Amino acid sequence: MSEKTEYRGSIHQSQKDLMLNWYEQLDRAATTGDPPTVSMMISGNCVELLEGFGAVPLYPEVNALQLAIRHQSLDPILAAEDLGYAADNCAYVKADIGCMLKGITPTGGKLPTPTLILCNFVGCNTYLKWFEHTAKLTGAPLYVIDVPFMRTDEPRKEDVEYVVRQLKETVEKLEQLTRRKFDYDRFRQAVDCSRRSEDLWSQIKHLARSTPSPFDAYFDAITLMGPLYVYRAKPEGVEFFETALAELQAKRDAGHGVYEREHYRLVMEGPPPYPYFRTFRDMFAKWQACAVASTYSTVGGLWEFGFRHDPDHPFESVALHMIEQNVTNRNYLQRYEQIRRYVEEWNADGVIIHFVKSCRLFSAGQGDMRDYFTKQLGIPTLYIESDLEDPRYFAEAQTKNRIDAFFEALEHSKATALRGSA
Amino acid sequence: MIMNTVLDSKMERTFDKCRELLEDLQFTAVREWKRAQPGRKAVAYFPVYAPVELIHAAGMLPVGLSGAGDRLDLQYADARFGSFICSIVKTTLEMGMTEHLQPFDGFLFSSICDSARNLCFVMKRNFPQMYIDFIHLPHNPSSPATPPFLAAEYRRILTCLEQLSGHKVSDDDLRNSISLYNRNRALIRELYALRATEPQLVRAWESYLLVRAGNLLPVEEHTKMLEDALQELRTRALKKRDSIRVVVEGSFCEQPPLVLIRMVEEAGCYIVGDDFTLGQTWFETDVPATGDPILELADSYVNRSVYSSVRHDFRKPRWTALVEKVKATRADAVLFLIAKFCEPAYFDYVPYKQELERAGIPHLQLEFEEKLFTFDRVRTEVETFVESLVFD
Ligand code: SF4
Ligand code: SF4
Repeated sequence: MSEKTEYRGSIHQSQKDLMLNWYEQLDRAATTGDPPTVSMMISGNCVELLEGFGAVPLYPEVNALQLAIRHQSLDPILAAEDLGYAADNCAYVKADIGCMLKGITPTGGKLPTPTLILCNFVGCNTYLKWFEHTAKLTGAPLYVIDVPFMRTDEPRKEDVEYVVRQLKETVEKLEQLTRRKFDYDRFRQAVDCSRRSEDLWSQIKHLARSTPSPFDAYFDAITLMGPLYVYRAKPEGVEFFETALAELQAKRDAGHGVYEREHYRLVMEGPPPYPYFRTFRDMFAKWQACAVASTYSTVGGLWEFGFRHDPDHPFESVALHMIEQNVTNRNYLQRYEQIRRYVEEWNADGVIIHFVKSCRLFSAGQGDMRDYFTKQLGIPTLYIESDLEDPRYFAEAQTKNRIDAFFEALEHSKATALRGSA
Repeated sequence: MIMNTVLDSKMERTFDKCRELLEDLQFTAVREWKRAQPGRKAVAYFPVYAPVELIHAAGMLPVGLSGAGDRLDLQYADARFGSFICSIVKTTLEMGMTEHLQPFDGFLFSSICDSARNLCFVMKRNFPQMYIDFIHLPHNPSSPATPPFLAAEYRRILTCLEQLSGHKVSDDDLRNSISLYNRNRALIRELYALRATEPQLVRAWESYLLVRAGNLLPVEEHTKMLEDALQELRTRALKKRDSIRVVVEGSFCEQPPLVLIRMVEEAGCYIVGDDFTLGQTWFETDVPATGDPILELADSYVNRSVYSSVRHDFRKPRWTALVEKVKATRADAVLFLIAKFCEPAYFDYVPYKQELERAGIPHLQLEFEEKLFTFDRVRTEVETFVESLVFD
């Protein structure tokens, strides 16, 4: 009954190659001290700025998710809990800190102590704690870019100026730490590469508006997200997304979907349960239900509604991206609106809200979100709970039952609607 | 002796009044304040800190809310906020959904944690008639751009408050409000200093009541209450108890039940320092009531704030500040009183603990929920901890 239809074109392999290459650079940095490395958060990252120094980003979140997807997250989580972290702290942090304590890395290679720990604070307060703690543990210097939260409809002029000013201070800081001069031209080129990668990525996301969708915008999108954060500001990134777009476009043109027959179209809210990624995916595959859009795939940036980095205003556009164009720094009601647009414009049948215990940024208030979609908009919505990193919180049978019940109800209402219109 | 009894009964009346104020979910005092001059408005704020001077200068009553304790059953909020979320977030929403927040015309939130931030916007959706706003309090104090940014943020808020009250605010209005709150905060600092030097004169639960009443009373009235209380407390003839000296850390937002504070003291502790209702003791020194008042207020947040788990200042770690506080108050130990599911407090516990251990300062971690906690178990834990220190 269940289909295993994850997308495996040539992009799957090139994605792997790119990520491995990234880890090799980090390994080299750990051994030789070159290239300089900067640890950052995925959300609203300013990877373009790093290009101006030839520096490589280090993303603890990517390490944490790699670990979980390979079923190796529990040991480091327990090590961090031994240190005093609570059962209810974000498990991404615990996994990362536990790995540091135990010397575990995602590939078995080495990870460098970053030249700078750059906390790009966009929304998630856990980011602040996380990077403070890693700075304390490693002794590496810390700088926080304080990004004003989206509390008004549009970013304010003062918000942009404030972030630009801090980006320039980051440049000064990196000049001291790397003893390299900031290469402004290279920065501008990086911003231009980002613009092109983003344009391609946005086109890919819009392919999912076709029926059937040529890829799953939640489960498959995650494969494409690594290169988006590490490589979007490089020519390799642009090339990767060109290939990806061409492949998926061909699939779409041939009328090939994720499933033999696409039965349901969904919008997914919340991060996936990485420790049970495959199992979770199969629960939807069983119903031939394809995610056509997801909020999680916009943590690093929100491009499908038109935003692009701008090489003519590099600092300002990096600032705008950090303030406005990523899901974590946008307020909750803006997220409701984003999901609503997905449902309407991507033509979805329902919304799946995945409550993740670790992550209050995503999850605090999702009951209200469900109320909004079911009661105010009348959109079928399923609310399920687990975790993105901690395997102890995945209740497999219960989750499966709830998902089955949701689709049974959906099937029933579809059948009734058909009968009604006949 | 007779003199003392008279004094004490006067103090008792003050404490009773404070307790009534903080237990009153109908906010009768706020309603009365509004009724005394029709047209006046009240603006609530969620913990921890809010620039109350802006609300006051606009002629409105700032009210610090601290959840509903165990006085409200959750009918709606559990479904909206679900598991793993602290109690204050839920009881605050529940108060809104059960019309308890009706006396308020506005509600301010700030960037303290992810749950409270989402709550702000959930409230916005559910209470569209109320002015609800979010203040971005900055987390990078090192940049010269930070005070002007925050000043711009305060000006944005002030414009909204002016619209709400229909009252244009002048710089002199603001300076006047700053002076009033400076005086109030200075008295609270005095009260804390008294507790640190002569802890037998004022119990922590008494000081807690006195301070927290300021969340609900007009500042002028609260200042008067503090002045009188300080005078009376100093003349109390109370004997030293056989207690260890502790600093309480972790109760900066959701507040522990009053009985829990009393219980800690009865189990053999002088609480000589704490972070209860931290917003009211927010500045280490006065905010200058001169120059550009908004900029001074913003600069004070960046440069004069006490350390706190909800404010990040990588120029000086909070754990260093905690150790300094322990030394300054000559405390023997630190007691972590952490609200269940309070992520900022959970996180900070680790570096705090590491630093305390490095400095050889004993500590004990306790968890509470404003709604319920297991009284007996906590009591035994504190008693055992105290004994272990006394017999060491
Ligand atoms: S709380 Fe959520 S957004 Fe923040 S670090 Fe954890 S998983 Fe990421
Ligand atoms: S108690 Fe803690 S988690 Fe809850 S709102 Fe306050 S700071 Fe946030």
